[in-house]
Amino acid sequence: MPMDFKTALFYILSAILVIAALRVVTSRNPVHAALFLVLAFFNASGLWLLLQAEFLAIALIVVYVGAVMVLFLFVVMMLDINLERLRQGFWNNLWLGGPIAVLMVVEMIAVLSTRSFGLEALPAPAAAAADYSNTKALGVAIYTEYVYPFELASVILLVALIAAVALNLRQRKDTKQMNPAEQVAVKAKDRVRIVSMPVEKD
Amino acid sequence: MEAAVLQFFQWFWNLFGLWDALWALVEPVWPLVWVLMKVVAILVPLMLTVAYLTLAERKVIGYMQVRIGPNRVGPMGLLQPIADGMKLFFKEVLVPSGANKKLFFFGPVLAIAPALAVWAVVPFFDGGVLADIDAGLLYVLAMTSMGIYGIIIAGWASNSKYPFLGAMRSSAQMVSYEIAMGLALICVLMVSNSLNLTDIVQSQGRGWFADHGVGVLSWNWLPLLPMFVVYFISGVAETGRAPFDVIEGESEIVAGHMVEYSGMAFAMFFLAEYANMILVATLTSILFLGGWLSPVDFLPDGFHWLALKISFFLLLYLWFRATFPRYRYDQIMRLGWKVFIPLTLVWIAFIGTWMVSPWNVFK
Repeated sequence: MPMDFKTALFYILSAILVIAALRVVTSRNPVHAALFLVLAFFNASGLWLLLQAEFLAIALIVVYVGAVMVLFLFVVMMLDINLERLRQGFWNNLWLGGPIAVLMVVEMIAVLSTRSFGLEALPAPAAAAADYSNTKALGVAIYTEYVYPFELASVILLVALIAAVALNLRQRKDTKQMNPAEQVAVKAKDRVRIVSMPVEKD
Repeated sequence: MEAAVLQFFQWFWNLFGLWDALWALVEPVWPLVWVLMKVVAILVPLMLTVAYLTLAERKVIGYMQVRIGPNRVGPMGLLQPIADGMKLFFKEVLVPSGANKKLFFFGPVLAIAPALAVWAVVPFFDGGVLADIDAGLLYVLAMTSMGIYGIIIAGWASNSKYPFLGAMRSSAQMVSYEIAMGLALICVLMVSNSLNLTDIVQSQGRGWFADHGVGVLSWNWLPLLPMFVVYFISGVAETGRAPFDVIEGESEIVAGHMVEYSGMAFAMFFLAEYANMILVATLTSILFLGGWLSPVDFLPDGFHWLALKISFFLLLYLWFRATFPRYRYDQIMRLGWKVFIPLTLVWIAFIGTWMVSPWNVFK
């Protein structure tokens, strides 16, 4: 039985997503790992588009791919990474990491395989009307029903932002800081003094 | 338009009596073929514009500096871009010995792909758009923010100091100015109540002035004047053009991320940069100057108005380059973070207050 286009697309996107996510943790070069994470974000965004959540899908790209990962790459590229040193801790930490990984896989299987996730429990939602706007629906939900959690979340983000600035705001004594307002206000007569001197004659 | 094109094909292939056989083959994939035809119809003129923009740049800057500019290849130098293209095409692409080879070639691809993909949602005239999607403006933001990757990867994969410095500068600069750009766009989508670019243009054709025959005063540029200026200047910074061209500042870091590239790999960055310039000019025209709308009532709307507006902004780009000295790096950052972002934030609050006040003009 031939699959319809959407289902085929779903399998292609998820396959690439899983492979990219695996490569994030297995690739030796951290820059490659970061780029595979970008690829993973892209495919996740494709999956959201298939769910007709176009606002969230594009917001994922704008926020994570366009801003977060750029700064991430920025940092990773400037690190001087010694691959040998990085791999040393692998066997030492395996006794802790291994069981946790197994536990997480078991939990995921337990959640996803039960009756609560089948097509019977969660049937496909009715298709939205043609003039349905995802963006508008999200905006209405955020600013009416969930306005307090939304404001709370944004305040927490603002606190984090100010904290990051405050932690880095250290005035050094030996830097020659310039005051742009002073620079702009400078007049030629403050800088150059023209002296008229009589011609020296012998 | 689709029917007219089909009719033309039918007429053309019927001259050879091949239409029925051909249509039986093509019909199952016709929607795909039709989209591909539209893609070609957008990209070919775009690439030609890029080619002749380079010539226009050299000519305009030449005249501003009382020179003639290129005039040897073809009449009035008109074949110069073709000659340049041929030269780049036949040059060898060298790979530095310490470079990360895969990413070295992936960089130019990542630079050009988003620069072309953005054009899918740009409307050229009423209904003249490849993908008329709901979240068009958001898609534009997403794709333009992707353009940084090409530069960063190129800078890193070259394994050389100057490209790396260029990549660092560009990522910091682009991330900073994207914020100001995005906040300016929030004002636009507040007043037009839509993320769809066609709707944004049409919302500018309504208002008291448009009803009285002078639509030019109903466009977004007047009520959003500070945002209009901020958006265009941020656009210049985002494309890394003079006076914000520290990314490739020749006197400091030779050519930034492009130092190690030659031949077509270099040409990809070049094409991407000019395509992005044209994109910023187009978006400024669409978002603030009413796109294809005519400024006055007695002249018809149409693509020619958009082309005229785009040309104006492209001329501004060249004009900037010929007249302004390069900004110092800390001054670029200061302009972005301490001038543009506070200004746009205040203007968002102002527009919001204006829209709920009785003097709301944006209905």
